[in-house]
Amino acid sequence: MASLRVLAVALLMGATALAQQATQLRADASSGQAYGVGRTPTAEEIKAWDISIGPTGEELPEGKGTVREGAQLYRSKGCAGCHGASAVDGKAPILKSKAPPNVDVWARGRILPLRAPHATTVWDYINRGMPLNREGTLTPDEVYSLTAYLLFINDVIKEDEVLDATTLPKVKMPIGTDYASLPDWKPKTPRLKGYLAEVAPKPKQQ
Amino acid sequence: MGSKRPDRRGFIKSGAALAGGLTFGAAAPAIGQDQEHHGPSMIKEGKDQIAYGDRSKHVTSVRIAHGGRPSPDNWGLTFHIAAPLQDSVGVITPSSLHYIGTTRGSFLPDIDPKEHRLMIHGLVDRPLTFTMDDLKRFPSVTRLHFIECAGNRSSRRAKNVQETHGMTSCAEWTGVLLSTLLKECGLKGSATWFVAEGSEEVKGASSMPIAKAMEDCLIAYGMNGEAVRPQQGFPLRLMVPGFEGIFHTKWLRRIKVVDRYYINYNDFGHLDQDAKVAALDYQIGPKSVITFPSAGQQLPGKGFYEISGLAWSGGGAIKLVEISTDGGKRWNKAEIKGTAQRMAHARFGLMWNWDGKETELLSRCTDEIGQIQPSREQIAKYWNKPYDQTFSVPGLDNSIQPWKIASDGSVTNGFA
Repeated sequence: MASLRVLAVALLMGATALAQQATQLRADASSGQAYGVGRTPTAEEIKAWDISIGPTGEELPEGKGTVREGAQLYRSKGCAGCHGASAVDGKAPILKSKAPPNVDVWARGRILPLRAPHATTVWDYINRGMPLNREGTLTPDEVYSLTAYLLFINDVIKEDEVLDATTLPKVKMPIGTDYASLPDWKPKTPRLKGYLAEVAPKPKQQ
Repeated sequence: MGSKRPDRRGFIKSGAALAGGLTFGAAAPAIGQDQEHHGPSMIKEGKDQIAYGDRSKHVTSVRIAHGGRPSPDNWGLTFHIAAPLQDSVGVITPSSLHYIGTTRGSFLPDIDPKEHRLMIHGLVDRPLTFTMDDLKRFPSVTRLHFIECAGNRSSRRAKNVQETHGMTSCAEWTGVLLSTLLKECGLKGSATWFVAEGSEEVKGASSMPIAKAMEDCLIAYGMNGEAVRPQQGFPLRLMVPGFEGIFHTKWLRRIKVVDRYYINYNDFGHLDQDAKVAALDYQIGPKSVITFPSAGQQLPGKGFYEISGLAWSGGGAIKLVEISTDGGKRWNKAEIKGTAQRMAHARFGLMWNWDGKETELLSRCTDEIGQIQPSREQIAKYWNKPYDQTFSVPGLDNSIQPWKIASDGSVTNGFA
């Protein structure tokens, strides 16, 4: 009996300790945090770090750019040095299709300012990654202008179009909506339902 | 090289040959020969080797440039580097031999972990930034996971398993579950996708579904018992178990929770017209390959061998591996060594008595959700295309790799 009583007390004490631990873990319950580790960044810090430009363009900064300015920047910022003066003759990836516009867009090469479904992706990539080793040095106006130039040489926009936070997300890319969406991912699901079911029989149980 | 498995006598001979001048001019020692026994010469260790050990100079297994593009190139960029699977044992790829994939080349950033921060923001109740010390205070997990590059595709030109399959590796990763951090930040109801971004010069970013983040994504600071290597994303790498390699964001600095597919530069290249191809270019299918005997290796003669290989799947753990030693007529259940982990390489083996005749070795695997590794012929049939040299597997290529054994014991690529 005595040992049982000791056991019960020990269990109670254990339960108390656990409860205390749980209370501590919920110390920041008012804030919803389980652990209370980490620091809340200021709005300015988030803005400085957030370089993602989504399809809606909601993160685009103020500023504007033109094809003409973009053509000048393409040379003065060194783009031509890697991508070639005509955008198809450099060591870096080509930026203009070698195939004529009457060819289906899917057959014209994997070229960002041509095949991206949203012009915002072009802006995002120039801004985050270019020029190599001097990334982040272009002003928003310069990124708008370079985007305009690359879209123009791929016959996506006209020479006199001005791109800004309002017009850029509205640019109609050649691919339109002619691309497949990804499957709705769920844990423990096959990569493609029914794939190979007809042609690859299940191994016999051994 | 460990790519050969000579018999014991051959081993002693090749060991003597490697030792070079030590036995120069002398007959190689053979078992049973009555001669004075000398122990091996000593390795002279410097302070560096005491501090951080080296492997034996007789072990020369190395990574190679994948597809022949040299790294670093003239600009100092690193491209794709393949792991020497032909020499691998067990399931862990040593960090120094882990394959490397980069998006169109990358400079390796030299990040001071004391300065490094991870920011999580977007559709969360509380955006938070974490130092490395912060992240190590959270409950940690340690898991084996493979990573595989989308371009890990066998071709008839490939001369060995490093060229056919070397763009995959498996390591033990330690870190915090992304779900732990997202719960700490509090996900808003509209959160459906997230963007992960690296710190390298192009700040490579990929979009992934929140469902994956909450299931098993891991923010790793540890790899094979030490800090993640710079080539693998030091100080932080996002592990997305079973997804194509590019999603495993290196040098992770930011996670933005969003309400739609963001189609970053890294994502746009994966767009496809065909929904089936898009799906097959996302989660990695069940795949296996025999690493011994494999192309470029040499069997010294007929008799017993343990066929050995690796199997993995993005769908979960490997449940079954089968080996055919007669070109696919009969399949034998292989032994899975240890317990197969989810989204990790599994090592398999099968005892085989080679009769010295020409044959073909194949392996195929089945994962825990019943996906079966197909042959290229079956894949061609599925797509209603003729199976010939021009056929290219749509999506990630997880097809069965045949190895031809010639009567002289030489092993070659069955696709050649």
